[in-house]
Amino acid sequence: MDMALAPETLARWQFGITTVYHFLFVPLTISLAALTAGLETAWVRTGNEKYLRATKFWGKLFLINIAMGVVTGIVQEFQFGMNWSDYSRFVGDVFGAPLAFEALIAFFFESTFIGLWIFGWDKLPKRLHLATIWMVALGTVLSAYFILAANSWMQHPVGYHINKSTGRAELTDFLAVLTQNTALAQAFHTLAASFLTGGAFMVGIAAYHLARRKHIRVMRTSLRLGLVTVVIAGLLTAVSGDALGKVMFKQQPMKMASAEALWDGQQPAPFSVFAYGDVEKGHNSVAIEVPGLLSFLADDSFHSYVPGINDVNKAEQQRFGPGDYRPNIPVAFWGFRWMIGFGMASFALGAVGLWLTRKRFLLPQWLRTGEDEVPHLVLFRSPLGSRLTAWYWRAAVWTLAFPLIANSWGWIFTETGRQPWAVYGVLQTRQAVSPGVSQGEVLLSMGVFTVLYAILAVIEVRLLATYVKAGPPELTDADLHPPTRIGGDHDDADHDPDRPMAFSY
Amino acid sequence: MELHTVWFVLIAVLWTGYFFLEGFDFGVGILTGVLARDRAEKRVLINTIGPVWDGNEVWLLSAGGATFAAFPDWYATLFSGFYLPLLVILVALIVRGVAFEYRAKRPGEGWQRAWERAIFWASVVPAVLWGVAFANIVHGVRINAHGDYTGGLGGLLGPYALLGGVVTLTLFTFHGAVFVALKTVGDIRVRARRLAGFAGVVAAVAAIAFLLWTQAGTGNGRSLVALVVAVAGLGGALMANARGREGWAFALSGTAIAASVAMLFLALFPEVMPSSLNADWSLTVSNAASSPYTLKIMTWCAGIATPLVLLYQSWTYWVFRKRIGTQHIADTGH
Repeated sequence: MDMALAPETLARWQFGITTVYHFLFVPLTISLAALTAGLETAWVRTGNEKYLRATKFWGKLFLINIAMGVVTGIVQEFQFGMNWSDYSRFVGDVFGAPLAFEALIAFFFESTFIGLWIFGWDKLPKRLHLATIWMVALGTVLSAYFILAANSWMQHPVGYHINKSTGRAELTDFLAVLTQNTALAQAFHTLAASFLTGGAFMVGIAAYHLARRKHIRVMRTSLRLGLVTVVIAGLLTAVSGDALGKVMFKQQPMKMASAEALWDGQQPAPFSVFAYGDVEKGHNSVAIEVPGLLSFLADDSFHSYVPGINDVNKAEQQRFGPGDYRPNIPVAFWGFRWMIGFGMASFALGAVGLWLTRKRFLLPQWLRTGEDEVPHLVLFRSPLGSRLTAWYWRAAVWTLAFPLIANSWGWIFTETGRQPWAVYGVLQTRQAVSPGVSQGEVLLSMGVFTVLYAILAVIEVRLLATYVKAGPPELTDADLHPPTRIGGDHDDADHDPDRPMAFSY
Repeated sequence: MELHTVWFVLIAVLWTGYFFLEGFDFGVGILTGVLARDRAEKRVLINTIGPVWDGNEVWLLSAGGATFAAFPDWYATLFSGFYLPLLVILVALIVRGVAFEYRAKRPGEGWQRAWERAIFWASVVPAVLWGVAFANIVHGVRINAHGDYTGGLGGLLGPYALLGGVVTLTLFTFHGAVFVALKTVGDIRVRARRLAGFAGVVAAVAAIAFLLWTQAGTGNGRSLVALVVAVAGLGGALMANARGREGWAFALSGTAIAASVAMLFLALFPEVMPSSLNADWSLTVSNAASSPYTLKIMTWCAGIATPLVLLYQSWTYWVFRKRIGTQHIADTGH
């Protein structure tokens, strides 16, 4: 059959489309849940109204976003069975467990407490209401951990054996699946990148308002919170990315070689800045390289040997039998670069911003600003001109989605870089598809999801834009006087039983 | 009891939880199209399930995830075999979730009406299809030696399966109407009770026919007990509803749903996906199950998590225990 329309190719496209799309919402959900929880904590502890307004503003954007994350996540839970039934039969014993843990522990947590948070403003005392958003934040992190442990098992299967009589993988050590170094490094890297995403989102939107001198009090606080988040998370993303790279070099040398378009093993191996190659002949025609850097990234030494694509391919042919064990090299090579490039660009912009907007440190007295003023952007001793200032705000808005691009390429890189394997060294992707599902059915579902997701994307982005532009809401009397009893107050004399709910759909 | 039997029961429990909870919120979604007289009443209906529908839906994800972990072959056969109906269900659930969250986020009437229509249809469709799917599971479908379904879409639309769809649709509508009577004040409460009386009779006729058909097919002594409980629950719910005992009516309509699900699972056991081609190709609790080690870990997880979930979800219902009416919905909802 034509490979372009083979069930395997179609099922992969569908998985790619639905998963990358789902993962646009996941990192924002993880980070905005915690950042919103942090802002609400500040409100509860200080009673400063700007924190409540910030909580309501970012909380609204968080809700618009999580709605999409939740509904697109339903597809994720079922498409293994729909399009990858032979994969499900083969690995369900191992792979199903973290998925079930995720649903039973994390999803219930998130979905129940998010309902309490959304509708609970006039039903729960302040501190209890605060606790619910922290529960949601905890749920998002747990959820990420379980699913990343499951994915790590596909990258580097541990804690299992193949049952000879059934021919299937069986779990032997669940703790090993949950705590292997691949899972730890992936979770660390993904969570750090999620906060980079949320931080950049916050910075971009705060910059939009500050450039227009609107909602200054709330946006000033949000800007600083966003910048600090971007810088810390950016650093952690780089550190964890380095750790993950080293794990990957040991466990999936092919992926590392493909990421660098390193055709033949070298000692020391260079880091490739740019390469254009011939996949058929197995070499690059153009390459700009930094000597020794790949050896360092892979193995902590500038002199280590790094095997090339052709070497690993031969080694795997000897181990697993004849075949082509190379992934799509250009996708791996450029995916790796775009991931790093977009992520680090966002980090750099945040680091610059954190310095430019500093409050006191090495800042002359006359440039310090009050709560109600847009901060001056100060390089050393004098503020940037109005032109450069405007450019910084603009750059912050334009790069708001950079980490989203980096995240997407990161996943595309790590998943396509593992090919032709679904479970590395154990099960190939072409053996994993549903034999009973027809080409037409996969085409239909792929078309349906693509069209539906595209429509929803337009609706979501427009809605976000509306709420971003509207800015933080004015606080009402009810906002400032939350109930003291669970379920709302009923015993005070002036209580009106017909009072409208603080929030309704 | 063997571990795979324990897991058969636990999966039945998760599906029961799903149909009990999302049953009434599908019902409420359906009622927005048939009970509400104006848009204010639609909002009252939507807000009776506002804080809880998302948590209700996770029972489905848990049932799916637990099936994957405990019975990988069941999961693989079911979801690859019932591909198109499942695709439609997924689309409906996506649209429905977004509709709840986004409907009130813009003031425009066109916007809101579009999402209201979405809520209605995206509640009707899965309410029917879940019944069709479960009827097919119990009835048995064309499963080959590899465990793959080979009957096409037509093979899923036999009379027994379609009757199953009618049962879930009417039963959920009834359950939803009883829930609305319990959760609202004013005129809508009275009308919900009246509609429940009518929907309940239709649901009872359909359910009794379907359950008797099931009993005649693959029933056994235990499934007969569940059948009797389901019928008694339906009768009791109708009586309680007629007397205005809304709490009792809801508990009993819930009992009827739980007993009906139990009856189907009891009629199914020890098979999980019977093959209508060859009894040897049927998936059973033993040949579709995971290894004892996986089942043991899963038992610990479910044993601790499920009671906790029940605890904090019940607490949520208690927090939002107040009845609502049109007066409680602010004009500027968003």
